[in-house]
Amino acid sequence: MLGLNQRDTKFLLIVVALTLFTPILLQPFPSDSGLAQFNAGYPDLMQRFAIFGIFAIGFNILFGLTGYLSFGHAAFLGVGSYSTVWMFKLLNYNVLPGLVLAIIVSGLFALLIGFVSLRRSGIYFSILTLAFAQMSFNLAYSVLTPITNGETGLQVYNDDPQILLGENGITTTHFFGFKMNASWIADVGPWQFTFNFGYYFSAVIAILAFYLSLRIFRSPFGLMLRAVKSNQQRMNYTGLSSRPYTLAAFVISGMYAGLAGGLLASMDPLAGAERMQWTASGEVVLMTILGGAGTLMGPVLGAGFIKYFENIFSKINDQVLHGWFAFLPDGLENAIIWVLHPFVGKGWHLTLGILFMLVVVFLPGGLVELGQRIRNLFRRKPDSEDDSNHKPQHAPHAAE
Amino acid sequence: MDVILLQILNGLDKGSAYALIALGLTLIFGTLGVVNFAHGALFMIGAFCSVTLQRLLSFSYKTIDPTKVDFLGNPATVKTPYVVSWFGENAGASIIDWSVPLAILFSIPIMIAFGFIMERGLIKHFYKRPHADQILVTFGLAIVLQEIIKALYGANPIPTPAPDIFFGSYDFGALLGFAENTISYPYWRMVYFLFSLVVIGAVFSFLQFTTFGMVVRAGMADRETVGLLGIDIDKRFTFMFGLAAAVTGIAGVMYAPINSPNYHMGMDFLVLSFVVVVVGGMGSLPGAVLAGFLLGVLESFASMNAIKNIIPGIDQIIIYLVAILILLTRPRGLMGRKGVMEE
Repeated sequence: MLGLNQRDTKFLLIVVALTLFTPILLQPFPSDSGLAQFNAGYPDLMQRFAIFGIFAIGFNILFGLTGYLSFGHAAFLGVGSYSTVWMFKLLNYNVLPGLVLAIIVSGLFALLIGFVSLRRSGIYFSILTLAFAQMSFNLAYSVLTPITNGETGLQVYNDDPQILLGENGITTTHFFGFKMNASWIADVGPWQFTFNFGYYFSAVIAILAFYLSLRIFRSPFGLMLRAVKSNQQRMNYTGLSSRPYTLAAFVISGMYAGLAGGLLASMDPLAGAERMQWTASGEVVLMTILGGAGTLMGPVLGAGFIKYFENIFSKINDQVLHGWFAFLPDGLENAIIWVLHPFVGKGWHLTLGILFMLVVVFLPGGLVELGQRIRNLFRRKPDSEDDSNHKPQHAPHAAE
Repeated sequence: MDVILLQILNGLDKGSAYALIALGLTLIFGTLGVVNFAHGALFMIGAFCSVTLQRLLSFSYKTIDPTKVDFLGNPATVKTPYVVSWFGENAGASIIDWSVPLAILFSIPIMIAFGFIMERGLIKHFYKRPHADQILVTFGLAIVLQEIIKALYGANPIPTPAPDIFFGSYDFGALLGFAENTISYPYWRMVYFLFSLVVIGAVFSFLQFTTFGMVVRAGMADRETVGLLGIDIDKRFTFMFGLAAAVTGIAGVMYAPINSPNYHMGMDFLVLSFVVVVVGGMGSLPGAVLAGFLLGVLESFASMNAIKNIIPGIDQIIIYLVAILILLTRPRGLMGRKGVMEE
């Protein structure tokens, strides 16, 4: 089906089902129970899962397949956001023109940066992309203020042209009349599920993005990219120039990032320069590695994991901890909380950093590899046939 | 003329910091072949060494002074640092005053030990892994270190003043015959520049004029052969890692009065110092130093109003622009060695 073999079709269907039922799956605890704060099924967070999923899927097409580690992908995210907000300012709040423009502009931007950066590989490529992204960030903050609105961030004002808005036009972001913030809340017993249009809009795009990346992974083009990763020198010796392929991968992943940026702006019509900062580029690297670079599902898992951490784990404060350990004697309770305190709440970055290091050291394949190892533990026999497609092949990069 | 001179001077202190960090980074890369993204964190830890020492030295006990009263009419409590009560009024006060230079002595053993632990505990396992993995794991380590510092010292910058004697600035203009107060340069920045020259000189003479340094240089050129000659090169490289950490650390210690240490200063400097290393040429020590000063001065020139009016925003991007140009036209950097990190 859809040009996929049977196993991939099944895989895609599972992903689709998971995505569609996310509002239910992420809301496992009744809303009046003590664990309700671990529910992640609220629109804002679910939208982020989908959007950063797209960002990470795109990054994975570049890093996972070709091994080129870009430290400047956030630039495309920012460019996408700016383009979309500009469309809101000029036309109206319909997200479609904005998203299209975001993809086009970030694609062109990626073509330019990629054309220059891909002349070098290895660490030099990382530094070049980093330099370009930091340049864009600094410019967006200072000189390009007429376009980016500098520190305030770009937003829609009442005196903007908005030529298509009309008299009684919708004043929130919408897709042909369906508002992004429209939600339908279902109460099932003690559970409360929120079905948000914005989430489903992003989710459908994310599924399309996932499908496209699946096709790329299985295509001759994808195979060529893998060949670049495993031995670029040999490719060059056979008389084949690999640059067009890597450039194509770079542009595609830049467009994914632009799309993600456009969606971010669609959910909340704001764009700030900090979206282009190199910490944001670092975040997508973290997501991809944490989930499993070079695997299909890994980056999405990584994106979900980090966003869950950022929004849920960071809310565990001392009070919550006291609630959990109340059954212990006071001294022990305080001691445990004293130990845990730096790692939870505002210190969630610390836990994330430690987890990330552990993953890089012990689990180069990320969460996906962890899942496979656990599964193999129960099966007690390695199923090599099933693994080969999803596991990153450990091979030195061309520049080493 | 005086404007140009002023910009050169202004660029030198930032350039010194870039040069010192880049020197440490290159020492690690040249010896161990590891791309260390946690290097900015080492700089930050150095800066926080001076904060720590300043706090340790001003550790006080409280006494109630019956002769004074506070504004409520109660007997006032007076804080006396322990150092003052041990060494007397004058000596104690000046020890506290000089805590930043003293922190150099305090930080060197800490940084060397830290470097040892880092190399033996973590980096050692990554020699055989791809450079991407090295970048990633050290990036993770940088996040962890940064967050630990944030948890311990809070998120706000901590002012760490230099000794009082270096307060104020020196009027170069008068010395060179220009009008007064046209070129005034803060004393501490001058100290920082001279200090960086001393450190750079010390590192180079250590490598050039000692047997240990000779072996290390030989190891950088051809590790395998040195190993075959029966020299335990790994042990020396581990020491070099500690030394590189110490160089970066004391760069941070002395930088604390110029820029109040905060937890993300390391990351801010890391990106720039990588650019510096790449411009100088990966693995070339003189290149790193040269590029550090060069980029520092260039940055300060670009922030002149005369130039900003012609090309707006150039001060924000000059360093990256230079890096991109150099990487594309001279892939090996200014003074890069052949065969280092090339395809």
